[in-house]
Amino acid sequence: MDELDRKIINQLQAGLPLSAQPYAEVATQLGVDEDELITRLQALLDNKVLSRFGPMYDAQKMGGAFSLVAMKVPEDDFDQVAEIVNSYSEVAHNYQRDHAFNLWFVIATETHQQIGEVNRDIQQRTGLKVYDFPKLVEYYVGLQLLL
Amino acid sequence: MSSMQKIKRPETADNTLLDDNDRKIIQATQAGLPLVSRPYDAIAQQTGMDTEEVMRRMRNMQSLGIIRRIAAVPNHYSLGFKANGMTVWDVRDDVIDELGPAVGALEFVSHCYQRPRSLPDWPYNLFAMVHAHTREEARSLVAIIEDLLGDANRACDVLYSTRILKKTGMRLLS
Repeated sequence: MDELDRKIINQLQAGLPLSAQPYAEVATQLGVDEDELITRLQALLDNKVLSRFGPMYDAQKMGGAFSLVAMKVPEDDFDQVAEIVNSYSEVAHNYQRDHAFNLWFVIATETHQQIGEVNRDIQQRTGLKVYDFPKLVEYYVGLQLLL
Repeated sequence: MSSMQKIKRPETADNTLLDDNDRKIIQATQAGLPLVSRPYDAIAQQTGMDTEEVMRRMRNMQSLGIIRRIAAVPNHYSLGFKANGMTVWDVRDDVIDELGPAVGALEFVSHCYQRPRSLPDWPYNLFAMVHAHTREEARSLVAIIEDLLGDANRACDVLYSTRILKKTGMRLLS
């Protein structure tokens, strides 16, 4: 990753204009040509430096529901339980964390009711308690990382 | 992607803001914006609308906050941020709404939320994600939050992520 990649990442975290040729506009700001920007962007995605590029949708504003859910999984069962949790298409993210509460995942569904259904299902299949931590107040969501 | 087809669309979806054409656009772009010179032409072709219509609808979704922005999401690990900690705090209820935004305003905090406690196992009600290169650096960031919260903080903990088990982002139903 070189200086231009860093500039591209910084610039594109802030956002791309919603215009007919957005890459050309950003390329001009960065002083490169459009093809170069698109090629670099593709490479950053291929190399997993970027996990995603595109519109960031807010499921809640669409009328959907999100929750953060945690489980305390015994070490020996961890991979098996993680696999069960990952098998739900409603599970968007899943992280292992260094703690007694060692499995943390985000459920995204269209209704609050569905979150409860998925949680009950997981609880039943794993035999483990599922702790639901829906957000009560959002104080800040930034997601920008300056390189 | 198979996960897109699996989620069913409930009859009762309280979704008056979106119509079927909006949904088509969301489905066509939730994995990413096409990396071509005129990406909205590509989406238009895919969804059977014209480019102007696609852009008008996306601008509308942006103004409603349904699209937060059109942007790149970095992978913290690949970029050298190896110590990604979910810091959790037991903050007095009477002051959490004052302190939450102050914690969120710290430059190294990427997300900050109030969530319910789950007593007795889980006393924490304020969650703030911090990203650092090392755990040592992360600890110094946690100390800054601790100072800011002062007496209102009764207990805290830091949960570092050790493995990403899944990261697909949200998928909308068809």
